Amino acid sequence: MAQETPSERTYLFDKPRNVRRVFRLFYTALALLLLAEFFVHKHPHFPWEGYFGFYAVYGFVACVLLVLAAKYILRPLVKRRENYYD
Amino acid sequence: MIEALPPAAILILGALLVPLLRGRVKSAFIVMLPVLGLFNLLQLPLGDSWVLPFLGQKLVLARVDRLSLVFGYIFFLIGFITTIYALHVKENVQHVAGLIYAGSAVGVVFAGDFFSFFIFWEMLTVASIFLIWARRTPAALGAGYRYLLVHAFGGLCLLAGIVIRLRHTGSLDFGLIGLEGPGSMLIFIGFGINCAWPALHVWLTDAYPEATITGTIFLSAYTTKAAVYALARAYPGTEALIWIGALMTGFPIFFAVIENDLRRVLAYSLINQVGFMVCGIGIGTPLALNGAVAHAFNDILFKGLLFMSIGAVMYRTGKVNATDLGGLYRTMPLTCLCCIVGAASISAFPFFSGFVSKSMVMDAAGGAHLRVVWFVLLFASAGVFHHAGIKIPYFAFFSHDAGLRPKEAPANMLAAMGLAAFLCVFIGSFPQPLYRLLPFQPVDYAPYTWPHVLAQTQILFFSALAFTLLLLSGIYPAEQRCLNLDADWFYRKGGRLFYRLLERSCNGINQVADRLLARQLPAIVGRFCRTAPARLVALLLAALANRAHRHLQSPATGETLSANLDQGVVPMGISVAAAALFLMVLYLFN
Repeated sequence: MAQETPSERTYLFDKPRNVRRVFRLFYTALALLLLAEFFVHKHPHFPWEGYFGFYAVYGFVACVLLVLAAKYILRPLVKRRENYYD
Repeated sequence: MIEALPPAAILILGALLVPLLRGRVKSAFIVMLPVLGLFNLLQLPLGDSWVLPFLGQKLVLARVDRLSLVFGYIFFLIGFITTIYALHVKENVQHVAGLIYAGSAVGVVFAGDFFSFFIFWEMLTVASIFLIWARRTPAALGAGYRYLLVHAFGGLCLLAGIVIRLRHTGSLDFGLIGLEGPGSMLIFIGFGINCAWPALHVWLTDAYPEATITGTIFLSAYTTKAAVYALARAYPGTEALIWIGALMTGFPIFFAVIENDLRRVLAYSLINQVGFMVCGIGIGTPLALNGAVAHAFNDILFKGLLFMSIGAVMYRTGKVNATDLGGLYRTMPLTCLCCIVGAASISAFPFFSGFVSKSMVMDAAGGAHLRVVWFVLLFASAGVFHHAGIKIPYFAFFSHDAGLRPKEAPANMLAAMGLAAFLCVFIGSFPQPLYRLLPFQPVDYAPYTWPHVLAQTQILFFSALAFTLLLLSGIYPAEQRCLNLDADWFYRKGGRLFYRLLERSCNGINQVADRLLARQLPAIVGRFCRTAPARLVALLLAALANRAHRHLQSPATGETLSANLDQGVVPMGISVAAAALFLMVLYLFN
């Protein structure tokens, strides 16, 4: 493998300032997305699609549940050592 | 003008010539084959051609219609991209296997009869095995064997179904079947195994991550999508598929979240994406079927792109586990960018290809008022962003700095990834060219409406928020070096249990049988045959002996008699008496 030794060079996200910028941008985008709902006329298939922030809440809750279920239910059930089948 | 060849011919026959070539000529030849194949396909007329008589049936090697064409286009396109990606590979076996594999998939798609369909279907399996075994690790060897066994079983189901159907209908024609009767059920299951249905899926997550770097790109494109084509052709509107598809979109994401091997994460997300297609086929409306086909088209590109970017990382670092990677954006920025494009496409961000096709299936589910299915699909949309959209690029290219400073991917890999990335963005931004290829025209669907864009962006950004908060709070499950059980446990452990059971029971029976039949019984029979006549005679003579021995020179006791019988020197009188007695016994019992 052509692999250089880690140089002194600093890269884009080595500076905490840049990471903070990304986060700030991200949170702003979240707020804007919620605000935008006031200006968009929906024509949903299902009534709940019309609720304010339905997709935002669903996306958030779904992912939290996904991770919790995977971590606390699935992993204890299926996790084995790497050479389990050998 | 030369008549066009059958669609699969150029790739398969061309593959056989690859070992004869060397150097740049070989490289150029390999890359040109899919291009020539596509050109050849464009020369074929719509309808059936290359119809060959066969045992009173018709073989149709080129059934060209809108459904087969769109799969044909994408199969040649991804073949072109993958061969570029694989140009650095020196081994002929990988090139030959890859091209034959691609050719077989094309053959499946254009087969108009079950016989040629089955032949190409089996060639898919055989050719793909070599892409797995070419990795030459014990894990790859084992996974390859299991892959072979599962597909052999699927092939047998399919064959049995075809035979039953042939008996029933008298025709080998491959078209709309629909789910009725045992024959169509077996064909359905045969397709389902290649399509990685729940519980039948493990061959995929088992074998794909063990294949060679370039082999996995081929694998991710063809087997499952050929099965999607087969389902779309034979079982559109079958209700069972709605539920199978919904399940496929849902369960793999849980496994993907806790999986460490990034190619295995992608394998799980492949099942998740195929789930959308299967669900669309099950819904069966023109919009849903168009959506399924469009999503297959897009998935081949973005899943290939994701596998290619992780493959490039693996090529440069030799590592593929999330625990060993991280921070590679520093020295592999272009690969990182391509990975992000693939991730955005699979997550269906606006202006990326997944957005314009996945939403068709979602919309069709909504239009059919399938509430539960719609919720599952929406959950899967959020989940796929979580595990493929964020997890893959984040753990490979960002996350903690693993201290790796590899070189950027080789030029051929970058070219292939760049082309795929461009197509992902192009299709996402200008979906009309893709829509014009879809089987049901006109495509009356507008993906870019404000509510749709807003809803999709919200769901993605807020699942990203969930990821961020879970990661910052330390709740997000740390990647661990471990193995996660899946349905393959049943045949990997079950197989051993079965083997041990059979060993115990059959070897036990064998030992008992050996002891009784091979050793004890012959000894008993032998002893009986040797001593029985003497004993019998002795018994019969016992009564007479007392009187008779007075008249004889030597007394005929039991011992001397049996000794005489052993040596075959019995006095004539006794022999005659025994024979007479025997005859009398026979006469009495007759």
